[in-house]
Amino acid sequence: MPILALRKVSKSFGALTVADAISFEVPQGQALGIIGPNGAGKSTLFNLITGNIAPDSGTVVLDGTDVTRLSPMQRCRMGVGRSFQIPQPFGKLTVFENLLVAGAFGQGKTEAEVTDSAAAILEQTGLLPKANRPAGGLSLLDRKRLELARAMATNPRLLLLDEIAGGLTDAECNSLVETIRGLHAAGTTIIWIEHVLHALNAVVERLLVLHFGRVIGIGAPAEIMTSREVQEIYLGVEI
Amino acid sequence: MANPVSYRVETRTRASGRAAIAAAALVVLAIGLPAFAGRSLLQDMFVILSMLTLAQCWNLLAGYAGLVSVGQQAFVGIGAYAMFAGVIFWGWDPVPAILLGGVAAAVLAIPTAFFAFRLAGAYFAIGTWVIAEVVRLSVAQWKSLGGGTGTSLPREATSDMMFVEPIASLFGLRDAAARDVLAYWLALALALGTIAGVYALLRSRQGLALAAVRDNRVAARAVGVDAQRMNWVVFVAAAAITGICGGLIYMQTARISPDAAFAVLDWTGYVIFIVVIGGIGTIEGPILGVIVFFALQRLLADYGSWYLLILGVIGIAVMLFAPRGLWGLIHDRTGIDLFPIRRRLIIKK
Ligand SMILES: Nc1ncnc2c1ncn2[C@@H]1O[C@H](COP(=O)(O)OP(=O)(O)OP(=O)(O)O)[C@@H](O)[C@H]1O
Ligand SMILES: [Mg+2]
Repeated sequence: MPILALRKVSKSFGALTVADAISFEVPQGQALGIIGPNGAGKSTLFNLITGNIAPDSGTVVLDGTDVTRLSPMQRCRMGVGRSFQIPQPFGKLTVFENLLVAGAFGQGKTEAEVTDSAAAILEQTGLLPKANRPAGGLSLLDRKRLELARAMATNPRLLLLDEIAGGLTDAECNSLVETIRGLHAAGTTIIWIEHVLHALNAVVERLLVLHFGRVIGIGAPAEIMTSREVQEIYLGVEI
Repeated sequence: MANPVSYRVETRTRASGRAAIAAAALVVLAIGLPAFAGRSLLQDMFVILSMLTLAQCWNLLAGYAGLVSVGQQAFVGIGAYAMFAGVIFWGWDPVPAILLGGVAAAVLAIPTAFFAFRLAGAYFAIGTWVIAEVVRLSVAQWKSLGGGTGTSLPREATSDMMFVEPIASLFGLRDAAARDVLAYWLALALALGTIAGVYALLRSRQGLALAAVRDNRVAARAVGVDAQRMNWVVFVAAAAITGICGGLIYMQTARISPDAAFAVLDWTGYVIFIVVIGGIGTIEGPILGVIVFFALQRLLADYGSWYLLILGVIGIAVMLFAPRGLWGLIHDRTGIDLFPIRRRLIIKK
């Protein structure tokens, strides 16, 4: 059984269709990359999966259960973790406390039970030196790190990452890829929206291309990247 | 992972340790106060402590849960009237009847929340005020509790009140003075209990969730926090304590009318002033705020209607120049937290 399945999911904002009968499945443990031009509807697709946006029609299925009408909170507790493209830190809480909330409520545990794992995630994502600083004061780059770290703290089975590699140095990008590979190796299913294609291709085993709310290609990265349609859309865009 | 690193979480600070000792001493002093204080001081302390309780409740709502209610007078009023109803209709002793006020306020909070939570921002504030007005107008129709003109507690109820007799003989006081001692002790217990309760909530797992919802509701839901449930718990709990406080205030005055018990200025306006000048979103703020408020009230007592105008000007000045209140200024200069809630991660190598 796939961990996630979308069946003919559609969503329009007024006249603008941002999800056009989207259907695909993600098998347990897979790392799926999502690419597509700006405004293609990638972040909206995440919001449909997490329940932040309700579809006009179609169903979202998690582990065989129809979750289309469940809230983001309920879906999180079923194992869906996410990062936001525009970072959404708990600004007055410290970096560590951001992870503490996510760990305690995402996993339904006590603060003491998630302290060590939260600290380990901070170490992994390079945020440990800033653990006790208010998250509202972080730089944009660190806020993006915090998005990943906080999503990891919920210990998700399905992790949705929305553009977390932009603006990193090569070394930082490599360590990010290392971290995500580690999660993948541990069995976490990952869906990653990313414009930094070399980072994406270092991790994912399958690629989905979104264009004007439609899935115009899904398959092995090598095939997808060389297909004519993708080449056309990305014409002029650095690959 | 060769080096064994372990982690520890700490909330206590050195200042908070000292503050706890000082607070314990203050509490002992406060409990013993009736042994050497006169009636007028006890009456002043009663006002300060009951306003402090209301301020802590409003601060919990607005400062932590982002629920800016201007209808808290509904819960003061309904609490007070429920206490009167218990005494007049069912012959309860006024002291336990105060608890009826808490129950009534909690019950009223449920439909209030049901309607008001559908409204956002300023509409929530207006909604709570409208509901409070509706409750006031309804209570004014209650003829057996005096309708629009109000009523008094029956003389036999106040003279036979629980605990008054032993207090009178302990301190060698007349009954009226002993009632002031009792009211003072109850207000002290309620204020301390409220502060302890709020602090315990903020230190708990739920407190962390509350802070997360306050900072970013969407993100809080994304990490599994039930934001709506947090709002319900806080709203109903704050209403219950406000209702108990209302019952206590009107046990002390022994006379009630709808206009007084549901006064928006007394039970919400001044309370907001206290929280805002003291520092919203902190436990220390309302404590500081109530002291400043009371001092101003004393200082400006002779200036009649100028009093409100000056209060307003001070409130606006604080909002403009020290948006986090007087405690915010002190905290920024000294870094002191008397009620620390920060979970600091300490690394032990
Ligand atoms: N809540 C909303 N209301 C109206 N329009 C919206 C809303 N959210 C997104 N849109 C529009 O839907 C389209 C798709 O947005 P979306 O954020 O999903 O794109 P994206 O593929 O993530 O783009 P990017 O690569 O820039 O992040 C855009 O044109 C956007 O302006
Ligand atoms: Mg996007």
